[in-house]
Amino acid sequence: MSNYSVLKGPEAFLPPAAACEGVILPDPGQGLITGSVAHEDLVMEEAARQFLSAKVPTIFPGPLVLWNWNETAAKKATAIKRLYDVLKAHNSSALHIPMPDYRPKYPKINPEIEINPNHPNLTIWHNKIDVCMFVGVHCHMANLSLKIIRGGTDCYTIAMCAQAGHEDAMLTFRDATPEKINKLADTVERVKASGNFAVNNGSA
Amino acid sequence: MSKERIKINQEFYDIMPVEYQELVEEGTYGKEGRGWKDVGESKELIEEHSLCAGCPESIAFRYVLACLPAPEDTIMVGSTGCTSLVFPHVAVHNIHSLFGNQNAVASGLKRALSYRFPDKVKDVVVLAGDGATVDIGLDMTLQSWFRQEKFTTICFDNELYANTGGQSSGLMQKGFVAKMAPAGKKFDKVPLPEIAKSSGCHYVVKMTVSKPNRVEKAIREAILVAREVGPTYIQLYTPCILEIGKQMMEGLQEMRDSEGPNKRFEFEEYVSDEARAYLDTVNPKKRKRKKAIVTK
Repeated sequence: MSNYSVLKGPEAFLPPAAACEGVILPDPGQGLITGSVAHEDLVMEEAARQFLSAKVPTIFPGPLVLWNWNETAAKKATAIKRLYDVLKAHNSSALHIPMPDYRPKYPKINPEIEINPNHPNLTIWHNKIDVCMFVGVHCHMANLSLKIIRGGTDCYTIAMCAQAGHEDAMLTFRDATPEKINKLADTVERVKASGNFAVNNGSA
Repeated sequence: MSKERIKINQEFYDIMPVEYQELVEEGTYGKEGRGWKDVGESKELIEEHSLCAGCPESIAFRYVLACLPAPEDTIMVGSTGCTSLVFPHVAVHNIHSLFGNQNAVASGLKRALSYRFPDKVKDVVVLAGDGATVDIGLDMTLQSWFRQEKFTTICFDNELYANTGGQSSGLMQKGFVAKMAPAGKKFDKVPLPEIAKSSGCHYVVKMTVSKPNRVEKAIREAILVAREVGPTYIQLYTPCILEIGKQMMEGLQEMRDSEGPNKRFEFEEYVSDEARAYLDTVNPKKRKRKKAIVTK
């Protein structure tokens, strides 16, 4: 069992891969909070607290949900939009900024309206984002983004992964489905109603 | 087919950057008779390129993309070189291969696509520089032609290794002195179009990109022949203005100066009998066109 915690950065220009520090991926029904395995319901509540206590909570939808590939992608888009609407109702500064594709755009992206996996820190810095969630991003590009963000920013990262999760996110889900995204939106509403969403984030 | 493949989920349409909205609304995917005249009229499949200002390769790239008969069903294979700087900005499926491997990768890709999509036409187009096509990748280039692999090979011939400082390449003209070839090229320009003919290519064109309508015809016919008959090859002169000491506005004139009678890029077209018969069935009227210089 690893003692390594995946905390908010800036950790270093090139932070160590959490997997190399002993962080393991969760099993089905579980997630990770700062690298530690936890039941998915607890992970939901922690994600809700992070979103609700953030100054600029942001969702980064990727190509797998931005484009209408199939019925599941369309349902996920609907669920993500609902989650965004819940966040926006709580905090008018909430954002959803797309990652339409992975091209290293030339000469540079417009960080106000999009995020690119090759320099995601530009969008984080420009919009002063302190909590973000990636969803619908291919895993290798999500890993790249998460490491760059942890290395150079103090943004709290959440990964809503359709596969096995991401060690380099501060909080990760696995096996994302439209139902799971809707459940997260429900959890945000429930935690908001309870009024108890203070968080205590460490830093690297 | 076509634009049905690239719908944006309605929940996110308003937050998508405008270039993606334009691609969906004004892109020429699935358009019958698409061609170079769409450049400037419709959304191009190349966003912004990272080549030098005035680089003839950039306009060649735009023509090629505008003239693909079915971009939504095309996969391009690139290789190391200036072309590989552009592919990241292209809205057509593409693969970057290791330097010189492009025709080997395209061979496997074409075969895999024919198994995976037996009822669909999938075009594979190799686009690489002269170093990848003629020097480092000559083995793979020729072997794919010998095997009669059904895809098109396009060589952007700038007659040297441009983005590494101007080393001599096999397609450099004899005696030419470049920054990193101070003693001058020692042997003749490799006659790859001639080699392509004798290696089994059914459609071979050598030309500059100074005349876009001619480029359009060559690209379209090469891809159609590759679908049904066999390998095709197009060699386009895209001079590196930096390495030959030209200004950014002089690229077009350099191409015009190089395509006159008996110049090294005088237009040449070879069409095998089989390919000619096929093209006559595809478009019989257009094939009764003005005579080009046809070599057999």
